[in-house]
Amino acid sequence: MEQTAAVERSDLIKTLQKEQETEGYISDEAIERIATEFDVPPVEVEGVVSFYTQFKRIPPGKYHIMVCDGTACHIIGAPLILTWLADALGIRDGETDENGLFSMESVACLGCCSLAPVISINGKVYGKLDRKKLLKTIREYKKAEDSNGRSNQTQSKSTAENTGAAE
Amino acid sequence: MVTRIKVGTASCGIAAGAGEVLQLLRKTAEQHGTLSDVPIVEVGCIGHCYAEPLVEVETDSGRYFYEKVEPKQDQLRRILNLEEQGRFRPNEARAQKERTSIMALAGRIEPTSLEEYRGHGGYEALAAAHEMAPEKLVEEVKESRLRGRGGGGFPTGLKWRFLAGKESDNKVLICNADEGDPGAFMDRTLMESLPHLVLEGMLIGAKATGARRLFIYCRAEYPRAVKNLNTAIEQIRAAELNVIDGHAVDIRVKEGAGAFVCGEETGLIHSLEGRRGTPRYRPPYPTDYGFHGAPTAINNVETFANIPQIVRYGASAFTKTGTENSTGTKLFALAGDLQYSGLVEVPMGLSIGEVVFDIGGAERGGVKAVQIGGPSGGCIPAEHFDTPIDYDSLSSLGAIMGSGGLIVIGTNRCMVETARYFLEFTTRESCGKCTFCRVGTKRMLETLERITGGEGSAADIERLGDLGTKIKQGSLCGLGQTAPNPVLSTLRYFNDEYQSHVEEGFCPALECKALVDIFIDPDQCNGCKLCIKACPVNCISEDFVVDNAVCTRCNSCIEVCRQNAISRVAKGGAVRVAS
Repeated sequence: MEQTAAVERSDLIKTLQKEQETEGYISDEAIERIATEFDVPPVEVEGVVSFYTQFKRIPPGKYHIMVCDGTACHIIGAPLILTWLADALGIRDGETDENGLFSMESVACLGCCSLAPVISINGKVYGKLDRKKLLKTIREYKKAEDSNGRSNQTQSKSTAENTGAAE
Repeated sequence: MVTRIKVGTASCGIAAGAGEVLQLLRKTAEQHGTLSDVPIVEVGCIGHCYAEPLVEVETDSGRYFYEKVEPKQDQLRRILNLEEQGRFRPNEARAQKERTSIMALAGRIEPTSLEEYRGHGGYEALAAAHEMAPEKLVEEVKESRLRGRGGGGFPTGLKWRFLAGKESDNKVLICNADEGDPGAFMDRTLMESLPHLVLEGMLIGAKATGARRLFIYCRAEYPRAVKNLNTAIEQIRAAELNVIDGHAVDIRVKEGAGAFVCGEETGLIHSLEGRRGTPRYRPPYPTDYGFHGAPTAINNVETFANIPQIVRYGASAFTKTGTENSTGTKLFALAGDLQYSGLVEVPMGLSIGEVVFDIGGAERGGVKAVQIGGPSGGCIPAEHFDTPIDYDSLSSLGAIMGSGGLIVIGTNRCMVETARYFLEFTTRESCGKCTFCRVGTKRMLETLERITGGEGSAADIERLGDLGTKIKQGSLCGLGQTAPNPVLSTLRYFNDEYQSHVEEGFCPALECKALVDIFIDPDQCNGCKLCIKACPVNCISEDFVVDNAVCTRCNSCIEVCRQNAISRVAKGGAVRVAS
């Protein structure tokens, strides 16, 4: 029945969201697989993926930093937060560092405007930031990571493999 | 005697640390002895986001709010002992001006307790609707003169009449919860705090229009809203509240994936169908050809939240609040340069100034403008702050009511940069279908970047006005038709700032990087060298002179200087200081 096919198609976005939830991003391989599953050309899946900002095509770092660039944060200082983070991590907006440890993206709004400017690291929100507080937060993550250096190495290796696969 | 303790755990509360507070509060209460049996529950948001995390202690002799609660045992013990210290006192001006009707229960009841919602009269409006003929229901909503709260302001009753008039047993009613304006969180708060209120409004809509399938299209960035809605839907299914005229109405939450243009109704429908959310030409309108071709109507979250009170108390009671053409109340998300940021519900017709100064506590004389309506809206300068907040007055000023984001812009901000920011947003979010929107917004953004970058000319300012008008005319959907608004409204009210950027190469707010230098005042510097250590590009010399050719204007030195010796000055030296 026509109705059945339509119902399946409308689950495409949900399927992609689940894929990203488990894998962290949408790989080329996932696009092929999901296209087969939905019986549509891969380019249609790619089209949906590229349309929505939620979907990522490169693997995120172990710690994914979202910098809120909503209106309130922007006028209170989000551009400076982005600059300071870029200096501290050596990556720019939308990138993942070479160890696969940190990634950073600016997002439209995290929805806690009263705490502006804010960032979130793996979902945990840090608000009312100034340079000192921001750098201290990043230092704490780096320090925690250094103290279990071995898992760090494994992480960077597997991420390098992932990046290789995506290319 | 303490009967119940409530912790506000809406997104804003959680962001401020309410999760840790809740955990420790449970532990502290257990150790407290007499309080070990007192229920500690999670509630939504009362709108005073600036005071989060908030804890409310209910006793048989009254309720006590505590603000900015930290997860520290001694503080929590003081709260459990109902001590004075740390009590929350909302500002009085706000209490006088605000008018909570749809938000009346937000933060007061457990969001996912059907029992508690019903205890406060919840679903009584739905019961009343069951007794009414659909035509009568539609008529009541029409008479309330309720207009769409998502931004467009289309009369809700009229939209419902269009859908009700269609002969189909496959009709669809959609709640647009894709709140995409950066800086707006009214809908999120409603869904997190009062999911049953939104659902009740939708079920009444189903009864009135004959819709059999209901969708809530919600941003995926709102996990708590999705969770609470899903729990509430389970509850109404179990209680068979979704049975209308003998049919069990299907209600589902569908998560969006982040695209501002999906707030536009045809884009939203495409996204629901699992496609790219590109809008299409109308007609056919969704009520003729909507979700998979079925007749479809789409209303905003706040619109649905208004429905139960209209049915319960009647249209005539509803129209007593507000103005002739804008009835009822409106929720606003206040943020920016003000003291009390958060969510506030006010009667339509209150002036902008009353919201900004009395409710928001912004400093009089310290505010240059408000930005209302997000990227589709416009800036309204302080001299127009006596304008009443209603759909028509705001339109006449070149802004729009929008969904309710209200950002207060202080005198120390650059309006050209603010306009550039909004245009950067709409350029990124343009779906690319219409040439004027796709290419036009890009050209406008480049022009604005030239101006903020110190390379603008008088012709650029003229081009902005020209392009803006054409993009509005040449775009299919609301995104393109409103994208130039932030630029056009700032050109109208803050033309002097544009002129000063292009003619004098001077940014009055000292915000535009290309038009400022960094200056270390030797009279105030104590030689501590913190700035030299902080500088990421090593552009400060041992004798404290900044090499402005290398400096990136990152403000790191200004932030670390304890003497306030370092500042931004107009490009070309420390001669000119902004007033």
